[in-house]
Amino acid sequence: MYEALSQFAQTWGLLLFVLLFAGVLVYALWPGNRERFNQAAQMPLDDAEGPEGFDTGKGRNHG
Amino acid sequence: MSQKKGFFQGIHAKFLERNSLILTVAILVVVSIGGVIEIAPLFYLNSTIEEVEGVRPYTPLELAGRQIYVREGCYNCHSQMIRPLRDEVERYGHYSLAAESMYDRPFQWGSKRTGPDLARVGGKYSDEWHRDHLINPQSVVPESVMPPYAFLADAALDYGQIEGHLRTNRLFGVPYTDEMIANAETDLEAQVDPFSSGYDDLIARYPGAQIRDFDGNPDELTELDALIAYLQVLGTMVDFSTYEAEAPENQR
Amino acid sequence: MTNIAFPAPRKGGAEGFLIALILIGVFFWSLYAVARGGDPLMEQQGWLIMAGSLIGLIMLVGAFSNGGPVNDESQYAEGVIKAGTIATMFWGIAGFLVGVIIALQLAFPNLFYFADFGFLNFGRLRPLHTSAVIFAFGGNALIATSFYVVQRTCRTRIAGGLWPWFVFWGYQFFIVIAATGYLLGITQGKEYAEPEWYADIWLTLVWVVYLLVFLGTLWKRKEKHIYVANWFYLAFIVTIAMLHVVNNLAVPVNFFGAWSYPVMSGVQGALTQWWYGHNAVGFFLTAGFLAIMYYFIPKRAERPVYSYRLSIVHFWSLIFIYIWAGPHHLHYTALPEWAQTLGMTFSVMLWMPSWGGMINGLMTLSGAWDKLRTDPVIRMMVLSVAFYGMSTFEGPVMSVRAVNALSHYTDWTIGHVHSGALGWVGFITFGAVYCLVPWLWKRKGMWSKALIEWHFWLATIGILFYIAAMWPSGITQGLMWRAYNDLGFLEYSFVETVEAMHPYYIIRAFGGLLFLLGALLMAYNVYRTIRGGVEETEDRVNPQSSLIAAE
Repeated sequence: MYEALSQFAQTWGLLLFVLLFAGVLVYALWPGNRERFNQAAQMPLDDAEGPEGFDTGKGRNHG
Repeated sequence: MSQKKGFFQGIHAKFLERNSLILTVAILVVVSIGGVIEIAPLFYLNSTIEEVEGVRPYTPLELAGRQIYVREGCYNCHSQMIRPLRDEVERYGHYSLAAESMYDRPFQWGSKRTGPDLARVGGKYSDEWHRDHLINPQSVVPESVMPPYAFLADAALDYGQIEGHLRTNRLFGVPYTDEMIANAETDLEAQVDPFSSGYDDLIARYPGAQIRDFDGNPDELTELDALIAYLQVLGTMVDFSTYEAEAPENQR
Repeated sequence: MTNIAFPAPRKGGAEGFLIALILIGVFFWSLYAVARGGDPLMEQQGWLIMAGSLIGLIMLVGAFSNGGPVNDESQYAEGVIKAGTIATMFWGIAGFLVGVIIALQLAFPNLFYFADFGFLNFGRLRPLHTSAVIFAFGGNALIATSFYVVQRTCRTRIAGGLWPWFVFWGYQFFIVIAATGYLLGITQGKEYAEPEWYADIWLTLVWVVYLLVFLGTLWKRKEKHIYVANWFYLAFIVTIAMLHVVNNLAVPVNFFGAWSYPVMSGVQGALTQWWYGHNAVGFFLTAGFLAIMYYFIPKRAERPVYSYRLSIVHFWSLIFIYIWAGPHHLHYTALPEWAQTLGMTFSVMLWMPSWGGMINGLMTLSGAWDKLRTDPVIRMMVLSVAFYGMSTFEGPVMSVRAVNALSHYTDWTIGHVHSGALGWVGFITFGAVYCLVPWLWKRKGMWSKALIEWHFWLATIGILFYIAAMWPSGITQGLMWRAYNDLGFLEYSFVETVEAMHPYYIIRAFGGLLFLLGALLMAYNVYRTIRGGVEETEDRVNPQSSLIAAE
């Protein structure tokens, strides 16, 4: 059992990482996601002074 | 306007709220993979690793000394893990075996050697040396940066709960017998008194236990007694004159 | 506008009752421990726990007799963040001070050890230093900034009413129990996991509430996206919970006593501990502070993060790889060799996402590099990211077996840790605090920019002294340990290598002292900023925002 498990650890770890990495790359670079990410990147720069619905109108306000 | 917002908020609640849960679960899965795959095999290690001859549970006094070792944070400066490198083996002795720390809770391998490794310090120095060194390290090693532990010589050892300590260890499979647990206090007292009536029983229960007054003060059972008893047993349980690393049962 | 969607200000009744029950439970437990627990160490600690639960109850009663805490959805909760910011400063200075003291103990043992005061010995103070800096200073910074960032990027008040305050005070309580425990000699004897079982259980409770408060805020967010900083905070909270629970599995000898035995011993104990220890670095000191980087650098520089896509790749690969890296702390030990190799492989791979993150942080400044010259806070945060890059390069190098054979057990490790802790964690936290204080107390800026400059240079030079001492000290000691003379014998006795460390230990203590001085200047600056100008009302006693009237 110990042999089998340690063999598994040594071989499958890297493979799992390659799969995960490929998946994340596809997600991050998918053209359809570009707009979402651009919007998300702007979030910290929003200068609204309060929770949405209570801001001064300076920041964005969408439903 | 407000109705429309309510609708979108409904969608929001139904789907996007779940998104943060999906994110949480995804994080949990991703961070679990490494730990599970890497650590799980070690729990099957005990069934494949043989018990090296000579490794026995600590006597009650040694266990009490170990508590003081942990309490004072000795692990912050002293390791108990000799690596199989030429200079370490020559400086400290045979490299450490997994079986030697199988009863160590917590393990005290350490990560820093501001002072030397202690895995095999047992028997290297006399009790008198340890006593002087612990009370005032610079009196025997002038360049030492070790703190003084003089207060241990005056502190009476509190061993009222020693039975519970043995019993808790047994929960995890440390082979303390009923007899050992029932006699924990007498065994502890017997180990500092070579003339006690409990001498033979103690030796029978804990083969190779060293029985003497460790701190040079036979009138009192102090924390210094316990700590020196622990230091003097470190690394002495396995007899390396007969241990064969290449023997098939010793190959991990 | 559409205020309809928000519930009216709500009084926190139910959670107050539940918190009171928890505190009463703690009170009776500690009462029993003091009265008949039978463990002398626990009897001393029990008084403190009892006092803590009583103070908590008094604070709770005080809050409710004042008309009760009001949870006004039209306002961000800022009181708890203000408290967290002050706590960060307080514990930071405490932790740095203890660090300087123990550095002096190693440099001048004859002056800084007292035979009659055993509780001030290095072995008890060193955990106090590491815990104060990592968990008290770092932890408060993470809790405070996470509460700030999650509200702002979700455009909603924090969830849970009183519970965020429970997280704050509960966490301080944990710190005090742990710290006084070390001085009394209560410890689990595992590095960075020293607090005993009862403190661990308390922290678990606080941490679960923290997770729920954070998730609850995400659930009621008004923004479509979850900003990437929140991903990092979430990974930090979730993973630390997992690590903390698994590594601290233990059975107490006496349920009203201090001492416990861990479930795992020897090899399993060691691997679990370093799985925990290395990922405390990975998820507490890295992921959490990366969240600070991903919010505060864009905010301060007024530019979006360089590449949001890169931040996503950074996130997933970082959290996947980090978990594997623990065994590099156990090279050449009794741990099976395949596990060591696996740890080393992933540690080297870790270099890749780490530098991806570093580039992302640094390049956020592209097009605004002049701010480095004009804004010392930006400069602090950029230097912090540079230190992050440096220590995440050094780390993989040290995880290689051949290098580790030399560096392990020496001061090189200590130097490496401090380039990460003082450089990366310290500077990014200072930067965040310099941003937060004027934002929270509604000031135009910090009281003195010159003092920020002084802080920057004192801390930078302090770190350089520190690293410049520990690097050669570690390598010297490693080489001396393995040096052979012509006859084939070991050239140096152990104590000769200790003697050789003396000058380095003095330089190290000096570097630490400079770093501490910088932090003291900062504390004064923060104090003057908060004191100056108009008194601000606490957000919860201000039921209607003036901003709404303006609409």
